[in-house]
Amino acid sequence: MRQGEISLAGLLALFSMYLMWKSTELPIGYIRGQGPGGGFWPFWLSVGMLLSCVAIAWNWWRGKSPASVSDEPLMDDFGWRSVILVGGGIVGFVALIAIVSMYGAVGLFLVYYLRFLGRHSWMLTLTMAVTLPFALFFFFEGAMQISMPQGLPFTQPFFDLMYDIIY
Amino acid sequence: MEVLSFLADGILVALEPINLLLILIGVTVGLFIGAMPGLGSVNGVAILLPITFLVPPGSAIIFLAAIYYGAMYGGAISSITMGIPGASTAVATTFDGRPLALQGRASLALVTAALASFVGGTVANILFTLFAPLLANMALSFGPPEIFALMLLAFATFVGLGGDDIPKTIFSICLGLVLATVGFDTISGEPRLVLFDIQGFLRGIGFIVLAIGVYGIGEMLWTIEQTRGEVTTTNPKMTAKGMLSDTKEAVRRGWKGTWIGSILGFFVGVLPAAGATPGSLMSYGVAKMVSKNRDEYGKGSPDGVAAPEAANNAASTGSMLPMLTLGIPGSPTTAILLGGMVIWGLTPGPRLFVDESEFVWGLIGSFYISNIAALFINLAFIPLFVWMLRMPFTILAPLIFVLSIVGGFAASRSLHDLWLIVIFGLAAFFLRKFDYPLAPAVLAIVLGPIAEPTMRQSLLLSSGDPMIFFTRPIAGPITVIAIILILLPAIKLLRPKRSKGAA
Repeated sequence: MRQGEISLAGLLALFSMYLMWKSTELPIGYIRGQGPGGGFWPFWLSVGMLLSCVAIAWNWWRGKSPASVSDEPLMDDFGWRSVILVGGGIVGFVALIAIVSMYGAVGLFLVYYLRFLGRHSWMLTLTMAVTLPFALFFFFEGAMQISMPQGLPFTQPFFDLMYDIIY
Repeated sequence: MEVLSFLADGILVALEPINLLLILIGVTVGLFIGAMPGLGSVNGVAILLPITFLVPPGSAIIFLAAIYYGAMYGGAISSITMGIPGASTAVATTFDGRPLALQGRASLALVTAALASFVGGTVANILFTLFAPLLANMALSFGPPEIFALMLLAFATFVGLGGDDIPKTIFSICLGLVLATVGFDTISGEPRLVLFDIQGFLRGIGFIVLAIGVYGIGEMLWTIEQTRGEVTTTNPKMTAKGMLSDTKEAVRRGWKGTWIGSILGFFVGVLPAAGATPGSLMSYGVAKMVSKNRDEYGKGSPDGVAAPEAANNAASTGSMLPMLTLGIPGSPTTAILLGGMVIWGLTPGPRLFVDESEFVWGLIGSFYISNIAALFINLAFIPLFVWMLRMPFTILAPLIFVLSIVGGFAASRSLHDLWLIVIFGLAAFFLRKFDYPLAPAVLAIVLGPIAEPTMRQSLLLSSGDPMIFFTRPIAGPITVIAIILILLPAIKLLRPKRSKGAA
């Protein structure tokens, strides 16, 4: 944890400097007759971020924060495995949206999570993986009139059929 | 007394069968739309606006106002049960609502939210009825320096009163404010902070993207890692007796927050461009400041749920005031209501109360009826919301992830934003591991688009002299209080050293 805290502060300080540099693409000073330039507000806030990182590093050096005096690892094996499996599942979910449509991705994500992570029965898994996308379709496309991504062209016949039902 | 007679007529209009039916439907629809992450009152009102042309204008605005009310009640539901604020107005409700749900006290949190919302709405209705023209004039005296001072005060409540690591809190606020500037500079119209030159950033970063990332993904990952996947979210029994005892406890432990939220929320809501989000945040901050049990805040204090919930309902009524009396919408939802009124042939402004008396008082009467309807409909649905929490966590968690992603897309309609949600979620998880408070960042991204233009307009007014924030009669005291609150941690740090030195 101790090493992690100072590494994170360093990373955030670098990000703050990047934001400061990026802010200077617009004027960061006062322009007569126009007021503060477009870069003024983000630049000085990024300076605030950088100074906060310096203060965080100072507190770390003095051992004032709980993480700075902790010898424990950031996460144990279970923690890393959980974060990778769940986080990876969400990344896969979003990646699949452009391929199998939002509703297809919801179904596949539910199968992955309920069956493989949650160890639920196939009965429950398939019931939820089929009914929830349909319910979401009727709510968003039918009631709220919000169109979700439809993925690659091979999903089109399915959407044509569903639109026939709701319109 | 004349006002009471107008109000009685208005209530009678609201109680006409068609209007009463529209109120009941509107509140119920609003409740469920508000409970859905990513959707808020603005979606419900915008989508159902065309339907209202089927009924007379008076009934139409009553229906839309009922949706607005229902959604304000509903926002608390996703904040408490799932930990995802469905709308920016419900961010502060997650601070104590979610911990209460995790302790198995979701029903207490939901009952507290419902009662506080009711009291907030009622107090605001009474103030609205009695002081509408007077308050409209007061709101007009709030210019850019006053609004900026108010924003500063909202952030100061976080720095000064937060028990969290101060540099990390300041970092979080600055990060949220910087993220709010991504996209275009609203004054010069030039692209600004297009990060890594990715074109998707030209659209800016919406509040909901950060909120869903932090709460829907980051917090959930953190909960799974901390509890090793074995989360008990609520107590398994939900009985009438249990709800009654929750109601008593909500009244006993939430009354102070309710009153603070009701009064403060209304007055902040009245101010053009301020609205329910700063109102709820400031009420939470003030309730915490005056509380004897400050340590309870953030861990599951009923007062911490009551204050923002009373405030956001009071503010939603308050924000109707500048819309009706001045024609200035105080929130995106009231902007749509204003558009509807113009389409129906009504002209909002000082003459509306005279020219369209029956319409205005019918609407005000409907606020009272909607508020009562929303309370009972909300209480009736609490067992359903609590039942949802009784699901095993391995079913609830993927449902929350799905609703976060689908709701995130519904709000932004962009795949770029969905990737941002995932990135924010993963970043929030690691930041949370190192005790970075993330709520200030979420609130900063909401308030940033108000704070920056008002700051720049103020400095333009004063030719760059920052003393404008100190010398104006309303802005000055607010700025000074904000600065004292910001300096409070430093004063606290110095005090023990001095006393040690004296010893």
